[in-house]
Amino acid sequence: MGEIWTFVEIGPEGVEDVSLEIMGRAAALAAESGRKTAAVVTGWKVDEIVQETAKYPVDKVFHVDHSTLVTYDPSKHAKALHQLVEKEKPEMIFFGATYTGADIASRLAVRTGAGLIAHVTYLGIDPVDGRLVGHVPGFGGSIVAVCKCRPNTLQIATVRPGVFEKPKTTNKTAEVVKFTPSLDPAEPGWIILDRKVAKTVDVTRAEKVVVAGMGTGGDLTLVKKLADRLGAQLAVTRPLADIGVAPRDVQVGSTGISLRSKAALVLGVSGASHFVSGIQDVKTVISVNTDRNAPIFQFSDYCVQADLFKIVPKLIEHAEKGGG
Amino acid sequence: MNIVVCVKVVPKVDQVKFDPATKTVDRTSAENELNEADKNALETALQLKEKHGGKVAVVSMGPPFFEPFLKICVAMGADDAVLLSDKAFAGADTYATSYVLAQAVKKLKPDLVLCGESTSDSGTAQVPAQMAEWLGYPNISYASNVSVDNGFVVARRTVKGGYEVVKAPLPAVVSVELGSNTPRFPDFRRKRWAEREFKTTVWTSADLELDLSLAGRAGSKTDVVELQSIAPPQRLRKFLEGSEDEIAQTILEIIKEAVTE
Repeated sequence: MGEIWTFVEIGPEGVEDVSLEIMGRAAALAAESGRKTAAVVTGWKVDEIVQETAKYPVDKVFHVDHSTLVTYDPSKHAKALHQLVEKEKPEMIFFGATYTGADIASRLAVRTGAGLIAHVTYLGIDPVDGRLVGHVPGFGGSIVAVCKCRPNTLQIATVRPGVFEKPKTTNKTAEVVKFTPSLDPAEPGWIILDRKVAKTVDVTRAEKVVVAGMGTGGDLTLVKKLADRLGAQLAVTRPLADIGVAPRDVQVGSTGISLRSKAALVLGVSGASHFVSGIQDVKTVISVNTDRNAPIFQFSDYCVQADLFKIVPKLIEHAEKGGG
Repeated sequence: MNIVVCVKVVPKVDQVKFDPATKTVDRTSAENELNEADKNALETALQLKEKHGGKVAVVSMGPPFFEPFLKICVAMGADDAVLLSDKAFAGADTYATSYVLAQAVKKLKPDLVLCGESTSDSGTAQVPAQMAEWLGYPNISYASNVSVDNGFVVARRTVKGGYEVVKAPLPAVVSVELGSNTPRFPDFRRKRWAEREFKTTVWTSADLELDLSLAGRAGSKTDVVELQSIAPPQRLRKFLEGSEDEIAQTILEIIKEAVTE
């Protein structure tokens, strides 16, 4: 049996949470199946990231260092990973299903002839044939496809953020293995001309979330004020992210994030199937909609048929009085 | 500046029925449409053509019923439409799909390949990057504000919490972010012409340089072993009644209780 690898994605604040979540899952799968794990950090001058990664539950950290890996040009990273894969022959590699992770995984899959299972919400190993099993939500999240890679291929999966628990650091430090890929710095590739990245809040793990839909008319001033008063995070439906009033990072549904909050207050959302898959793990759902027949009420614990522009000011008023 | 735009025809998601008994998806009852993000890709291509000249061809891999949708692309302004249709292409996962598309791109030799960021039916977003790897081109995903200058493409790529402006040498594959522009409506007269006179090019496996062991179901690297419908969690579905003040207070109490439990 081969190793289970996790691709470590580097964000503005260090190792991305999704990479740690996957490392935790990989460690559990390895323990139950008698495999070993490794994490792979690719980049340029990323010693600190390697040291941070080595504190988590993983047997080994590959430190793939090269000047051409200074951007996340997926072509370069796939090439570097391909060389490491050729040398070490892992059995499975997991990536975060992120803008960066999905691109690199896709290119690596073609380079290595690997099977690639996308955006999984569950990862397991079939106890009978020992192969990777990934669950892929499709058709708006109402159906799950249980997927496997063909036998005798490298098995790759990209994993949705927030699906697995982030592990704690251990008191051991994993072995670090340095690998220098053979890449040509003169070969043309990405040049980053500009970059604007703000610190993001992980809405998937927030205790309280206020979700705004098209019923808000796209002006989130009032809803933001309410979220602020409640100490809640703000999330939106896809149409609102499409028109650009909120970033995709807070878009709830099958093409966005899944909420795991204890309470979600859903305002002016009709409840399309691709949206409701994103609130199925919320403990208590409260919805406000003017239409008593809106599908969202089928997916809510508490339903309020009312104009949100009348209810939200009252909520702000009472929350300020200390009712929240 | 010649551009290939890869498009897909998808069923309207809310109309797709799942039969839990046979564990199959019934797409036949659903209406079909051009994948939304692909229209944003086509709009991007048409704007680049207006600026730099050249031709725009749409390419799609699928069954013959895709053809009228390719004609909509022509009515919007595409110069040519190529349908890659062959039984040997059926049942493909993203690996085998991206291979056949890449072979078609090789034959068309464009300067730039545009795709939608992902499709609404499977939504893996893997095909653009996989196609780029087959072609040996750089790729930029989730792109908006795409421009071309002196042998390079420049695009704004969405990343977590913001964006990067990336420059890459042509030829390249760029996947265009959903909603990043407003796709034009088909021109009425052009639409009539497209429907009545325009001839879609159909390529079968014989028209492409193909290793058939890499195409279709045979060439795929993954299998769907089972489909399961997800039962939504049971909810109380209790309507709150009363004055707006009372409802607001009740909501705050419910939230407080949910958090402290």
